[in-house]
Amino acid sequence: MMLSIKNLHANIEGKEILKGINLEVNAGEVHAIMGPNGSGKSSLASVLAGRENYEVTEGEVWLDGKNLLDMKPEERAREGVFLAFQYPVEIPGVSNINFLKTALSEIRTHRNLPQLSAKEFLKMTREKQELVEFEAKLANRSLNQGFSGGEKKRNEVFQLAMLEPKLSILDETDSGLDIDALRIVSSGINKLRSTENAFVLITHYQRLLEYIVPDFVHVLYNGQIVKSGNKDLALELEEKGYDWLKEEFHGNAALNGQ
Amino acid sequence: MEKDDIMLDQLANKEYEFGFVTAIDMDISETGLNEDTVRFISAKKNEPQWMLDWRMKGYQAFLQQEMPEWQNFKMPEMDFQAISYYAAPKQQAKYASLDEVDPELLRTFEKLGIPMSEQKQLAGVAVDVVFDSVSVTTTYKKHLNELGIIFCSISEAVREHPELVQKYLGSVVPHTDNVFASLNTAVFSDGSFVYIPKGVRCPMELSTYFRINAENTGQFERTLIIADEDSYVSYLEGCTAPMRDENQLHAAVVELIAMKGAEIKYSTVQNWYPGDKEGKGGIFNFVTKRGACRGAHSKISWTQVETGSAITWKYPSILLQGDYSAGEFYSVAVTNHMQIADTGTKMHHIGAHTKSRIISKGISAGKGQNSYRGLVQMGPRAAYSRNFTQCDSLLIGDLCGAHTFPYIESKNNTATIEHEATTSKIGEDQVFYLNQRGIDSEQAIALIVNGYAKDVLNQLPMEFAVEAQKLLSLTLEGSVG
Ligand SMILES: Nc1ncnc2c1ncn2[C@@H]1O[C@H](COP(=O)(O)OP(=O)(O)OP(=O)(O)O)[C@@H](O)[C@H]1O
Ligand SMILES: [Mg+2]
Repeated sequence: MMLSIKNLHANIEGKEILKGINLEVNAGEVHAIMGPNGSGKSSLASVLAGRENYEVTEGEVWLDGKNLLDMKPEERAREGVFLAFQYPVEIPGVSNINFLKTALSEIRTHRNLPQLSAKEFLKMTREKQELVEFEAKLANRSLNQGFSGGEKKRNEVFQLAMLEPKLSILDETDSGLDIDALRIVSSGINKLRSTENAFVLITHYQRLLEYIVPDFVHVLYNGQIVKSGNKDLALELEEKGYDWLKEEFHGNAALNGQ
Repeated sequence: MEKDDIMLDQLANKEYEFGFVTAIDMDISETGLNEDTVRFISAKKNEPQWMLDWRMKGYQAFLQQEMPEWQNFKMPEMDFQAISYYAAPKQQAKYASLDEVDPELLRTFEKLGIPMSEQKQLAGVAVDVVFDSVSVTTTYKKHLNELGIIFCSISEAVREHPELVQKYLGSVVPHTDNVFASLNTAVFSDGSFVYIPKGVRCPMELSTYFRINAENTGQFERTLIIADEDSYVSYLEGCTAPMRDENQLHAAVVELIAMKGAEIKYSTVQNWYPGDKEGKGGIFNFVTKRGACRGAHSKISWTQVETGSAITWKYPSILLQGDYSAGEFYSVAVTNHMQIADTGTKMHHIGAHTKSRIISKGISAGKGQNSYRGLVQMGPRAAYSRNFTQCDSLLIGDLCGAHTFPYIESKNNTATIEHEATTSKIGEDQVFYLNQRGIDSEQAIALIVNGYAKDVLNQLPMEFAVEAQKLLSLTLEGSVG
């Protein structure tokens, strides 16, 4: 098993946001996480990536047998956790490509891989740009500075392609992409899929899952996974919304005397 | 791309990298300052009477000056009698080749990374190294001579080119300018002299490395650069100093003169010992730098990267006298731990159609205090003159401070002055974003800061830009938790 999350609880500013998450992801799998706004999807992604303002109060997270919660954010990244951010930040003056070169060099050092020569790096950059159809001129601009919403999302996927992570968590990468871009990005991700890596797709829309077919779909509500199923669950949600799940959840909670 | 690599490679060092004292025999004067001290220095340097007279005028002016009070920090107590005003390496001869130079000195240069070696020369840089007070070696002199360019120590210029020195020395920064300039006039040790003849474009960056070595010795450089009509020169000044516990005063004076159609580009990377984390030790850097655009269509540009010193007090300014003359000031000033920087510029628009541009990037970390102080003055004759000022502050952490003091005076209603200012904090989410890509926080800060300072760093010649990036990173080490 690649990723194993056991009874994960986390607070932000004293408020409990994740309330006992259990999730297992194997290499080669794609998991989709859906759920209403504010249910804790981005929080789960942040906790996995090691954002410091979240306090883990209970539970465990293992990545290929290593305790993820013991690692600093950059160590998790080097171990192969990649988060495509819902809201990528802008960093003025830092060129996209220099930043990637630095990141890749850190990651390769950690993985005991030789450093790429300038030529090899450029070759790789070109290949990955093609794979996700990322415009070369964006690669040379300052990191996300003045990028449109969709361009920022595509940059996240370009970085993903460059850094070749084990576990990729994509937080609403599909929102903000136009129809063509969604298709292009999805096909890029499909090409990156292998038996060695895994993807967790956080999304609100069934459309993405038509392009990247998930092995499992989970619904996160109120800090817990309240339902899991196969790709048909996404269709059912598209049709019925979340109310029936919320009712089910609150019904159970009432029965359990919560 | 290359610049970033080098910068990132060198991020590893923790303590002040250049902290060591070299054991070389020094010829040091007694501590204290009086007329005899001035005479001693002048005699040591075999100066003519006119030079001694001028020093004496400086000394008299010094006695009458008050310490400045307007800066945004409390002036430290300075005991001018506790300073020794002259130090020179005992071997005073000039060397034909590096083999003849004291090997200990060469090792020092090596540790400092001063590229006095073949590679540097091949790269086209003539290095005139001022080791404490006396010029030790000058390279490329011959080649420059052929073009009529004079690049030598001030002492040598006093001997060899007295007419030029007498005409221009003190013509931009008078001996009465301020207490530190007066002191410098009285006791200046050495420094560089540059003269570019009419119509000559200096084919290489002229570069001088200054450093302070002798214990307790104030350093008083004097630099004079004259660009005659339609000439061009780019001059680099870089500094490092050994670690020590006592505060050391540095009071340099730099004068630039650009005649009609001439251009002078003056770049500084300053990395003197800033003191330890508690603020103990460190250099007091009180510098007077001023340029005069004397002729029409002349141009002067100051670029500075200030990462060192316990206190930096420095306002490179420009007198825009010639019509259509242009002045530029590009600055990055970093303060970490207990460092203080009060720096900026003065643009005096005197002629018509003059232009000035000010780009100032302050970075404060730790408990550092960073003040930008700038004056833009439009005189009555400065018709249609323009100024643009961009003044940015970046804060790292909650204990540091950034302050801006922009002053504007306009006596001509056809002149325009534009001022933009921003203050930002390095965002946790920016650092986290970079962390998430495998980059640790220290490197992340270095990347962000270098990105922020890019507009200024881009003004530096390539090899200096690399050094400057490295210094920014080194200076900010330990500024994130
Ligand atoms: N810094 C914070 N302080 C207080 N509450 C926070 C903070 N950050 C997040 N929250 C709260 O945590 C909850 C979960 O937020 P999260 O961003 O994880 O939701 P989400 O499932 O990703 O929602 P969306 O679909 O809108 O992206 C929300 O109620 C949110 O307001
Ligand atoms: Mg979210």
